[in-house]
Amino acid sequence: MTVVSIENVDIVFGDNQEKTLPLMDKGHSRDEILGMSGDVVGVQNANIEVNEGEICVLMGLSGSGKSTLLRAVNGLNKIARGRCLVRDGDKMIDMAKCDETTLRHMRTHRVSMVFQSFALMPWLTVLENVAFGLEMQGMPKEQRLQKAREQLKMVSLDQWADKKPDELSGGMRQRVGLARAFVMDTDVLLMDEPFSALDPLIRAQLQDELIELQKRLNKTIIFVSHDLDEALKIGTKIAIMESARIIQEDTPEQIVLNPATEYVEKFVAHTNPLNVLRGRSLMTPIDQLAVKDGRIMVTDNAWIELDNGKLIKAHNSNGEMATVDWTPETILANTPKDAVFLVPANIAMREAVEIRYHADQFMILMEGDQCLGVLQDHNFYHALLGKHFGRDESL
Amino acid sequence: MNWLTDNKIPLGAWMENFVDWLVDAASVFFDLVSITLETMIISMVDAIEWLHPLVVIGVVLVGAWFLHRSIGLLVFIAAALLLIINMGYWVETIQTLVLVVSATAISVLIGVPIGIAAAHRPWLYTLLRPILDLMQTIPTFVYLIPTLILFGLGYVPGLISTIIFAIAAPIRLTYLGVSKVPNELLEAGLAFGCTKSKLLYKVELPAAMPSIMAGVTQCIMLSLSMVVIAALVGADGLGKPVVRALNTVNISQGFEAGVAIVLVAIILDRICKTPSVKNEV
Repeated sequence: MTVVSIENVDIVFGDNQEKTLPLMDKGHSRDEILGMSGDVVGVQNANIEVNEGEICVLMGLSGSGKSTLLRAVNGLNKIARGRCLVRDGDKMIDMAKCDETTLRHMRTHRVSMVFQSFALMPWLTVLENVAFGLEMQGMPKEQRLQKAREQLKMVSLDQWADKKPDELSGGMRQRVGLARAFVMDTDVLLMDEPFSALDPLIRAQLQDELIELQKRLNKTIIFVSHDLDEALKIGTKIAIMESARIIQEDTPEQIVLNPATEYVEKFVAHTNPLNVLRGRSLMTPIDQLAVKDGRIMVTDNAWIELDNGKLIKAHNSNGEMATVDWTPETILANTPKDAVFLVPANIAMREAVEIRYHADQFMILMEGDQCLGVLQDHNFYHALLGKHFGRDESL
Repeated sequence: MNWLTDNKIPLGAWMENFVDWLVDAASVFFDLVSITLETMIISMVDAIEWLHPLVVIGVVLVGAWFLHRSIGLLVFIAAALLLIINMGYWVETIQTLVLVVSATAISVLIGVPIGIAAAHRPWLYTLLRPILDLMQTIPTFVYLIPTLILFGLGYVPGLISTIIFAIAAPIRLTYLGVSKVPNELLEAGLAFGCTKSKLLYKVELPAAMPSIMAGVTQCIMLSLSMVVIAALVGADGLGKPVVRALNTVNISQGFEAGVAIVLVAIILDRICKTPSVKNEV
């Protein structure tokens, strides 16, 4: 179900919109337009749909327009053209055109936000900060403090309820920021580089906490980041922005495998493939393996026999090999060391490497009962060297 | 050069005509303001004078304790007020305090809203800035004359002159405080659904409070610095003995009255200043 839908959105900062919009249509660049009309193009022709339960990451360097686009979703930034629809029950509300009352209703009940610099009120206690949005919902004092206290417990800061924000560390402050947004019970969460100001260990920890929370609460999250590893870790969908435009929107794996432009390619060049790639893009497909005497040769002295894509047996020069049906629940320590593992085709590279580290044999990728391909050391080395990440070598 | 001096622009005459016109056209209004303020101030002074000085000192001490919880401050305030009674300036001190507090209260009541309005409207501040500069730099005696004509002798011309001189502080510092509210706090306020008025009362004013309080403290000090000048137009208070001492070249009277003014200044400063500092820590 679509929860947020951004359609052909242009955002312009400046007072000459009548002049700027036609210039944008004629295809002038951002810098040219700045020179001609004095306006700054914040976002140009953005289109994104975010479904329930998705984490959509807007990725790009500073000045690419990602935060600008995010702020259109709760109406902090005005849209020059296009629509920015957010679901409210059965209706989709256009945040750019709705009246004050509707906008306030959306902000108090449908969309909440987490800020890069935390944006906690320094004169309020931690508890009062968490209750701030509830106060705007019009909840009575007793009730909102009670609810805020429960939310603080969820981010394990209940001991700190009566402290002022400046007595907390950066990581704790952002947990307060998260609590303030989550306590609103909104379906949509906007996160503007929430972890960028934190040191790497705390950042990783909060990312994990967010992923855990998301599993339980199933929100629709739009997350802004300039860190590709963060985007790949958190995102179910990534939109990459460069000078006010969305240049590629896809799943994390597709972004690193098929970067649309040189700009994206540079971004993904230093990604750790372990976190992103899946078996299907790593494997050598069955039809590319050599066939000798009806045997499909995996290595010089190991082969498999198939019947219409179904595995009959795996062999090497010592005889038939044991096989293990692997699922994410399998405990590797309980499996034989010298077996051929049958794994799902969408297995994460990290898991496949762990299996290879445990067992000394190749793996067969399965989809249902069909064998799709094999994974062995060569495939891993290929991926680790980043050879998947070039546009030319990706095929 | 003769031509220049011969054809004098009648700047002064224009101002005089303007004041004359004001007196003609609105003397009823000015009289009304004058009588109201004068009555208010005199009745406040009378009410405090009617109380025993030790009761008044007690009230001040309780107030100071509530704000600061510092024994040292209480000891200092008690000693200072007793010294003033000993020097025989209790009544004058009360009169000065009432004048200063009224001037500050009126300045803050007018100045803070103006400061907020200016922070929200850049054009208004552009308009205000030269006016505020003028009010602070033009010699006080210059506008003492028209206020004297408009409001007559007594507390009121002193009060009005004090306000003209002191109101710039709360306006400027409120403007500064409100316009310096971090953008992310404003965004957070809006993102969580503040209306314009909620944003003002729940975000902008609390964030600007340290600055506004600094403006209030400054306003008090500026008002106090006007007591001697207010005495020149007939306002009672600690300024009177100073003026009298000046006219009779009386060193001892001048010194004692001066000490009383300084003590009042320190007491007011200590009582008002610290809360704003506390907020920042």
